[in-house]
Amino acid sequence: MTTTDTAVDQPEVVQKDRVVIRFAGDSGDGMQLTGDRFTSETAAFGNDLSTLPNFPAEIRAPAGTLPGVSSFQLHFANYDILTPGDRPDVLVAMNPAALKANIADLPAGGVLIVNTDEFTKRNLTKVGYAANPLEDESLEQYQVHEVAMATLTMGALAETGLSKKDAERAKNMFALGLLSWMYHRPSEGTERFLREKFARRPDLAEANILAFRAGHAYGETTEAFAVTYEVKPAPLPAGTYRQITGNTALAYGIVAAGQTTGLPVFLGSYPITPASDILHELSKHKSFNVTTFQAEDEISGIGSALGASFGGALGVTTTSGPGVALKSETIGLAVALELPLLIIDVQRGGPSTGLPTKTEQADLLQAMFGRNGEAPVPVVAPQSPGDCFDAALEAVRIAVTYRTPVLLLSDGSLANGSEPWKVPDATTLAPVDPNFATEPNAPDGSGEFWPYLRDDDTLARPWAVPGTKGLEHRIGGLEKADGRGSISYDPANHDRMVRLRAAKIDGITVPDIEVDDPSGDADLLVIGWGSTYGPIGAGARRVRALGHKVATAHLRHLNPMPANLGEVLGRYDKVLVPEMNLGQLVMLLRAKYLVDAQSYTNVTGLPFKAEELQDLFLSYLSGVHA
Amino acid sequence: MTALDLGLPTIGGLDGVPTTTDKQTAKDFTSDQEVRWCPGCGDYAVLAAVRQFLPTLGIRRENTVFVSGIGCSSRFPYYLNTYGMHSIHGRAPTIATGLAVTRPDLSVWVVTGDGDALSIGGNHLIHALRRNVNLKILLFNNRIYGLTKGQYSPTSEEGKITKSTPFGSIDHPFNPISLALGAEATFVGRALDSDRKGLTAVLGAAAAHRGSALVEIFQDCPIFNDGSFDVLRKGDDADTRVIDVRHGEPIRFGTEGAYAVVRDGFGLRVAKTDEVDEADIVVHDQADLNLAFALSRLSDQDLTHTVTGIFRDVARTTYDDATRAQVNHERETRTPDLQALLNGRDTWAVVG
Repeated sequence: MTTTDTAVDQPEVVQKDRVVIRFAGDSGDGMQLTGDRFTSETAAFGNDLSTLPNFPAEIRAPAGTLPGVSSFQLHFANYDILTPGDRPDVLVAMNPAALKANIADLPAGGVLIVNTDEFTKRNLTKVGYAANPLEDESLEQYQVHEVAMATLTMGALAETGLSKKDAERAKNMFALGLLSWMYHRPSEGTERFLREKFARRPDLAEANILAFRAGHAYGETTEAFAVTYEVKPAPLPAGTYRQITGNTALAYGIVAAGQTTGLPVFLGSYPITPASDILHELSKHKSFNVTTFQAEDEISGIGSALGASFGGALGVTTTSGPGVALKSETIGLAVALELPLLIIDVQRGGPSTGLPTKTEQADLLQAMFGRNGEAPVPVVAPQSPGDCFDAALEAVRIAVTYRTPVLLLSDGSLANGSEPWKVPDATTLAPVDPNFATEPNAPDGSGEFWPYLRDDDTLARPWAVPGTKGLEHRIGGLEKADGRGSISYDPANHDRMVRLRAAKIDGITVPDIEVDDPSGDADLLVIGWGSTYGPIGAGARRVRALGHKVATAHLRHLNPMPANLGEVLGRYDKVLVPEMNLGQLVMLLRAKYLVDAQSYTNVTGLPFKAEELQDLFLSYLSGVHA
Repeated sequence: MTALDLGLPTIGGLDGVPTTTDKQTAKDFTSDQEVRWCPGCGDYAVLAAVRQFLPTLGIRRENTVFVSGIGCSSRFPYYLNTYGMHSIHGRAPTIATGLAVTRPDLSVWVVTGDGDALSIGGNHLIHALRRNVNLKILLFNNRIYGLTKGQYSPTSEEGKITKSTPFGSIDHPFNPISLALGAEATFVGRALDSDRKGLTAVLGAAAAHRGSALVEIFQDCPIFNDGSFDVLRKGDDADTRVIDVRHGEPIRFGTEGAYAVVRDGFGLRVAKTDEVDEADIVVHDQADLNLAFALSRLSDQDLTHTVTGIFRDVARTTYDDATRAQVNHERETRTPDLQALLNGRDTWAVVG
């Protein structure tokens, strides 16, 4: 590696359609922040993008160890992309552990940028390297760039008077600066971000900016990098865009739902990974008449939300799979009370505590059936981070219109992943009328109020909130007499009420499922739900690019399912259902539609890869799976 | 964390609840549902007292809500012609919390029992009390599980023979008053189901209190724990067992005040009034937490000495008032702009 005192000639600029970068380091190295910033720069530049943060459940696993490795993968392109990418083109490894944990994913010829300062004998031994991989031939298939990032950062900050420790900590910004230079990313946003983040410590703000600039200058002034890359902006549909994560989009969807319904929002929630950020975000937006309540446990989270709904607010609770298990009894109560309630489950790996920071889709059957008795609950699922906004609004529409708890199934990859989001026009969001009861309704003209007299069309019962004179009534978990709502143990009444509650949910109006079948005569239909939308779509594109025919469809509504679904399934010779569980949707489809749907499953805690699904689809198309 | 002075004035428990000048009677508060407790159940007496008491508050019936959990006492809301919810086991305080936080115009009551509140719902009870949500919690304590037909409860005495403890219960019971005080409750009272006057007085003070109020009501289960509180009602020494305390008054009891409560080290003891100095007799102070705690432990829970009345009644900012203050402050100082929120700080335009 040679450095010169004067700037060298600008290196060659290579045009690329798409690039996948993975930043990997220790949990304390700030890799998530680095990835976030590169993402923001990339979004501001106008590329399409998709991200995959991947971090341990421990806040700080022992430094320099394999369990402590945290990474952030970003896929950006000059066209619309669907996944965070299978394998990185560029791997930034901040220490030996990050190298060891990630190098297997880097294809031969890939770019590897290594922070050499951490490659000490002690750190190498800690992760089981007998010899320094930078000094033997084990990395010769890659384009390796050895950069003493900590040394260079401390050198750049020598004049600031900052402690060695503080200066060294800015090395992630050095790495960001270097990569920003390599990929021609704009830097104003990052500098502004750092000034705001460290508003109370201007010395740290300046130090981080200096480190960022030093990384940029290092790329510019050394000859180590022969080429830089340019990825032109993507031609997305016209509109205003921003970058958004699934959890933020869910929070915004809830705020927006308060506006479209005209209801005060009450969130009762207990912190749980990976759902807590929804609570954090909503707690900021009190000006929208949003109240957040950090409850003593999951049960209190949903109980308080249900109490707020009884009082005429939009009750919401947010959690992950273990929390849904605790909330089940209260969800059943909400089914019996027939009150609007939104339950958000950001799924993670299970069972039990499982994999708190990894993704999975294994709560579908819990959402569908995880209650005592016949307790049907509508289930909706978003398909991308930005789509979480629309899914929240749709869930609230169903909850308020049909007076029912609704389960929204997000997952870890949607929650923390981000993408460019075409910001909706707030004035075009469809209003939802809570249609509170104001008058007695007894059909016998008695002037009484019957809390379980149903709307002929929706089968919804009236929502009469306390404070409304003349509509005083008592509801509860005991079976109620159809119409009047008083306690009833009558056998025929119970049978009728069980069927009425089921008919109400089955009768919810949901849009037909759309099929993407470009040729119109594919034999294979791939159907999925939730966050597999991206990988399934990417896999299908690859297969189509190879000249094959494949149709895809994605379920937003898991309960009730779209009215045309049976007909769609029947149209194809082969139906394939990839899922991040052991085959939950496929079980529902086979049971409900008597279709010989095939299952493909993967429960690694990571999203499907496009290549994996491409190979899967090809195997079906070639008749390997006849 | 810095403490924020929210500048809240001292207000009463019913402030903000719409009032009425219409004459309301117990009959108005009686629903059309047939009461289905066992004959002789103490719940009848409490229901009658509450039906008599509610009209005296002068608030609108439709702004009154009773929320209950599961158990015999939790059927209570069905029998009152107010808004009501019979929820699930132990969870009534959570539901009432969400309701009270979002609806300051409601008078919210929780009806619960010793199993509902202290066993399955113990966590919710202590957190509701420490938060000081404006809820009135009526804990019907009959020291037994009635609805499940006679198992021991968390307030049953040690050694109790029940269906699930044929060799005698080996569980040590909770002292509900001590528990509530330990949970930072701002109002703690106790009454006997059969003492209409005493019960009504405690209910009235609880209603006037802004914040969580716990009222323990000793209540008889004639089927599975018959006569469990009879020593407090009848018998020769009943008046030496029941110690009714009043704020600001010396604690004397028994015929012609023959007995008194005096300090004894860190605690209290009962003495004959004529054997102690008048100045040593404790004057009840419902703001004195240590005194309240000592009163709750004047004797073992064998009812040798049982304090009734108001142990504690102090003002502390309520969770619901403070929550609404934050929300209202934001609503008054910031115009909500949904489009601005959705746009965020960094947007870019794609031109078609």
